[in-house]
Amino acid sequence: MASAVRDLELDLDAFEGPFDLLLTLLLKDAIQPSEIDMAAIVVAFVERLAERDELDLDACGEFLVLIAALLELKARHLFPDEEAELSELEPEEAAEELARRLAEYRRMKSAAIWLREQLEGQRELYFRLGPAPLAPNPERRLAPQEPLRLVEAMRGLAVEPPPVSLSHMALRFPPVSQFVERFRALLTRRRRFDFDTEMQGLSRVEQAVAFLALLELRKEGEIVISQAAPFAPIRISRADEPVSDSDDERMLQWIARSA
Amino acid sequence: MDRPLRLITSNPVDSLARVIEALLVVASQPLTLDELAEATADDIERIETALGLVRERYSEGRSGIVLQHVAGGYAFGAAREAAEACARLFERPVERGLSQAAIETVAIVAYLGPVSRPEIAQIRGVAADSAVASLVERGLIAEAGRESSPGGAVRYRVTALFERVFGLESLAALPRLDDIGADQAAICDRLLEVAEARAS
Repeated sequence: MASAVRDLELDLDAFEGPFDLLLTLLLKDAIQPSEIDMAAIVVAFVERLAERDELDLDACGEFLVLIAALLELKARHLFPDEEAELSELEPEEAAEELARRLAEYRRMKSAAIWLREQLEGQRELYFRLGPAPLAPNPERRLAPQEPLRLVEAMRGLAVEPPPVSLSHMALRFPPVSQFVERFRALLTRRRRFDFDTEMQGLSRVEQAVAFLALLELRKEGEIVISQAAPFAPIRISRADEPVSDSDDERMLQWIARSA
Repeated sequence: MDRPLRLITSNPVDSLARVIEALLVVASQPLTLDELAEATADDIERIETALGLVRERYSEGRSGIVLQHVAGGYAFGAAREAAEACARLFERPVERGLSQAAIETVAIVAYLGPVSRPEIAQIRGVAADSAVASLVERGLIAEAGRESSPGGAVRYRVTALFERVFGLESLAALPRLDDIGADQAAICDRLLEVAEARAS
């Protein structure tokens, strides 16, 4: 038998397995031909052919012969010679067999009538039909594992990592106290000074630290900070130094010049 | 309404009854006593007591929702007085156009299941392909393995939905086959009588 026919796997309602097993079972009368859906076998064979690139004429011919024989077998089985069958039985036996079949069918028919009435009685009952239960989680299949590779990986993880360098985060500006001392020294020599003038040449960070030093001195009550207008120069004077009118005039001139 | 609605208080069984109500609302199919006991981590006896409270509260004439004992479990359904309104909005698609052949087939599966299609066809005397397919599609029967012989035919059994649609507490609620249908001996006698009459 050609492999395309021999290896044909079938999943029919009445049979599941290879085609050659089906043939064997049919020939041994283990399965009734009337139970087999021949069209489904043909469809399975055609699908099998479509999966292959080349047309196997031998297999096709063989399949045609086999399926034709099966169809004839099924046709004969579907229309048996009932008269010959009954003639083998005595009248009493035939009547008993017929009665048994009829009784079984009539019992089922009566059961069907009972069910129909039951259904009628339930017609007024409505209920919610929910979705099907959640499917179980599919089992996760792991790829083949190599224990030595796992050991290597664990060993790599166990090594202590190199210390992280924080050098780029070092503080690169002078302490506030340095400016506090500088301003104190300045105010011992002069009564007042202009903050912007003193800060010339310093970086933005240094200027910020210097401003913090001013706030510190103001908090201690050592200095007075004044500014004529927003964004005007900041003027620093000793806390014990009263601001005179002439000072105010000078400040206005100074502001005018700055502006 | 004969009595006012009974308010569920803080009694421990009342609390259990409330939990059971919630479970029945969430469930999409009837819940058995065992399932309720497992979900509530309580014992069957208390579950039955609590179900009594729920049944009292959700009964015909007292509530639009009624507690039903169907398909081996408990489920909520609409009260009969709401059937007309329900019918305007919904239908029961499972039983729509259920043919005589389908009813006979489902009866055979209910009584003899698990049973294969060839066996059904043998009893009914005609092919059962279309009736079986229709019943499977409606969810009234389902596959239940194959016959043990090599390449065995698919066998079918009725589903929990069948029990619910037909209002059966379980398959045990089906009437005994001996109680219904024809008596084989009587049929046999009638057949012989007919045969003798024709022979004479």
